[in-house]
Amino acid sequence: MAFASGFCIMTVEMLGARILSPYFGGSLSVWGSIITIFMLALALGYLWGGKLSARKPSAITFAGFFIGAAVFSIPIIVFSDAIMEPIFMALEDPRYGSLFAAIFLFFIPTSILGMISPYAVRLMVQNEAHSGQMAGLLYFISTLGSAAGTLGTSFYFVLWFEVNQILWGAIFTLLLAGLVILAAHYFGKDKRAAHAEAVNCA
Amino acid sequence: MPRQSIVRKSMLFVSAISALLSSVPAGVVAAETIHEERSKYRDITVTEVGNRRCLLFNVHRGDRNQTCVLVNDKQRLVFDYTRMSFAGLLLNDRPESILVIGLGGGSIPLTFADLFPDARIDVVEIDEAVVSVAEEFFFFEETENMAVYVDDGRPFIKRAGIRREKYDYIVLDAFSGDYIPEHMLTREFLDEVRNIMRPESVLVANTFSTSRLYDHESVTYQRAFGEFFNFKLPTTGNRIIITQLEPLPPRAQLVEKAQSFAGRLEKYGVPILEYPSRLSTRVDWDMSRRQLTDQYAPANLLRGK
Repeated sequence: MAFASGFCIMTVEMLGARILSPYFGGSLSVWGSIITIFMLALALGYLWGGKLSARKPSAITFAGFFIGAAVFSIPIIVFSDAIMEPIFMALEDPRYGSLFAAIFLFFIPTSILGMISPYAVRLMVQNEAHSGQMAGLLYFISTLGSAAGTLGTSFYFVLWFEVNQILWGAIFTLLLAGLVILAAHYFGKDKRAAHAEAVNCA
Repeated sequence: MPRQSIVRKSMLFVSAISALLSSVPAGVVAAETIHEERSKYRDITVTEVGNRRCLLFNVHRGDRNQTCVLVNDKQRLVFDYTRMSFAGLLLNDRPESILVIGLGGGSIPLTFADLFPDARIDVVEIDEAVVSVAEEFFFFEETENMAVYVDDGRPFIKRAGIRREKYDYIVLDAFSGDYIPEHMLTREFLDEVRNIMRPESVLVANTFSTSRLYDHESVTYQRAFGEFFNFKLPTTGNRIIITQLEPLPPRAQLVEKAQSFAGRLEKYGVPILEYPSRLSTRVDWDMSRRQLTDQYAPANLLRGK
């Protein structure tokens, strides 16, 4: 799951420049805007994810991050022109234009994706002694996912698919991840309940 | 060490170019780097061999994007593709407003300013450093009628379209890194260019005739404009696309225009009389290739193929 979230973050980030360039061009500042907004969104996501994990952490909330990120990514496809056009008209300077466009398009889904890693640490850590190891493992997996998402998108996906098809792929992946977590949670609960029953009977 | 190797490679590069294109014998006069500038986008080097002064981008990567000027004959255009950019005059010989995307050393806008002193000329260049180098070393200067905008070509054209501005002559000559930026190769971009054209306006686009991208680009221009003139010369790898919104004129009319213009273009070294027979509407690309769009424009990947 951490792999999937890392993968999707970088896939969307790599496509970000493509999405903004028809309005704001391909200057260095457009890349600067995108990377800045992704970093800020992730930073706040880490903070909020960590905070949320301190209060009754549950697999349902965890699944909610994936589903929420998927839902809030849909405007990148459906409303991108409606979002970028007024910004393009209002701001002559492409630096600030691209910065605001990146905020409106990418900030919410990216910050939700940022919540996943700290929350996952909380769910997986069994005891204090292993907490660092677990955090390390999670960062390892999610960053590996980011690397794969970057490479896959920039080397292959843009050659095989249209931008929106790739975005739908990422959204579908996030939804699927959320549903798998929910399924595992309820299925696991049944098993635990059955196990408890069996113990009682004995 | 890197600095030195840049200089050495540039000397090799320039002497290779001069051996190919100039009457100045290579090796007799060494290329001298007279200016180096680091910009947001690339390293800019200005070299001089004899009286040939050149602007080179990313010398260490061996890119071919460059422009030259003869210091003792500033008006003469040194490269085929700059001369070819004036073939659009065969379609529209009295442009009152001219748009040039991509400044380089400024030889195209300077020639236009000289040819049509009353025309309004807008030049769009994304890199401020290129503007200052063109002014300092390539005799470029803004005038009352000629203005440079430091901006990306695509938003500039989109905005001009929204303001309902029209240009009579448009030259697309924007290159970054290896080739034309992807967002200026797409169907949506060409539709935005159409928006700033009148029926009789002419569009001249400088492209390369190598790589698989040639097919995709040709298909995209064909879908946007219908028939266009494909202008190639055996001496260069550049392919110039020339088109307009109204139907293309017949060959006889091109020949007639060329004859009336030949005298005026002589001092720039533009052999306009040779051009009409080179303007072809024959399809020499794979028409089954996919057109490039904002959704699908993996230009850098296709170029590698």
